[in-house]
Amino acid sequence: MRFAVIVFPGSNCDVDMYHAVKDELGAEVEYVWHDRESLDEYDGILLPGGFSYGDYLRSGAIARFSNVMKEVVKAAEAGKPVLGVCNGFQILLEAGLLPGAMRRNESLKFICRQVELTVENNHTMFSSAYEKNEVITIPIAHGEGNYYCDEETLAKLKENNQIVFTYNGSNPNGSLEDIAGIINEKGNVLGMMPHPERAVDELLGGADGLKLFQSIVKQWREAHVVNA
Amino acid sequence: MYKVKVFVTLRESVLDPQGTVVKSSLHSLNYQEVTDVRIGKYMELTIEKSDQPIDEAVKEMCERLLANVVIEDYRYEIEEAVAQ
Repeated sequence: MRFAVIVFPGSNCDVDMYHAVKDELGAEVEYVWHDRESLDEYDGILLPGGFSYGDYLRSGAIARFSNVMKEVVKAAEAGKPVLGVCNGFQILLEAGLLPGAMRRNESLKFICRQVELTVENNHTMFSSAYEKNEVITIPIAHGEGNYYCDEETLAKLKENNQIVFTYNGSNPNGSLEDIAGIINEKGNVLGMMPHPERAVDELLGGADGLKLFQSIVKQWREAHVVNA
Repeated sequence: MYKVKVFVTLRESVLDPQGTVVKSSLHSLNYQEVTDVRIGKYMELTIEKSDQPIDEAVKEMCERLLANVVIEDYRYEIEEAVAQ
């Protein structure tokens, strides 16, 4: 399975993402610059965190019009796994691949620390290696992670089990219903504010994020590798 | 040529964390009469005349890029500018 880490001007978690996939997961991965015209050769698309285009106008608002985003939409439509973390999540929201929008954190502060998450739905290609209601520790680092959507959208998210991760205990940013990560209806596009790619090694403070990447590979193998 | 002023604010139904803090600061300065503060963005666009009606063009720009209509409202003022 081959992953692409999409790099925009201002991405700054691309190296973390690459490291997580290459060294900890042990899968193939390449950096892909934002002007790339095709993503056909990749099986999984990773949108890393950072401040694409300096967060000008709104987080993710400019990045969504870059060349490569047309290809990300295509990949999503084709059913390939698409993971957006932090700024990547914000880009997926701006692109309309996920519903809702981000507001400034309630405290107006940039928050960078470990948080506990509850795995609300472990029947997704991103969370199957976790137990349902498992509490995991993953770092956050954002100033705009205060998720918002209208009531109708929220009802739909709940009905379809699209809320994958919630903050456990205290909500760091004021997000609606403690939402930390959501998936699209089809189940192949996940956006989350916490950084699983920064929690892949005990040496660096925790490895709870690794199972997320392992889930993706497991699902892909089951779908693509025929047992002899 | 047109000069267009675009105002983008968070929707009424969306809590504005910055506005809330500014309101409480005004209260601490004894301006108790302030009941609400909404913080937004102000943009000035200079636009050349084209085939597309200006009103339609600006609306489209707002919807597609300048505002995120999930959480933001926008309004604009169009002035026709005379070349100097």
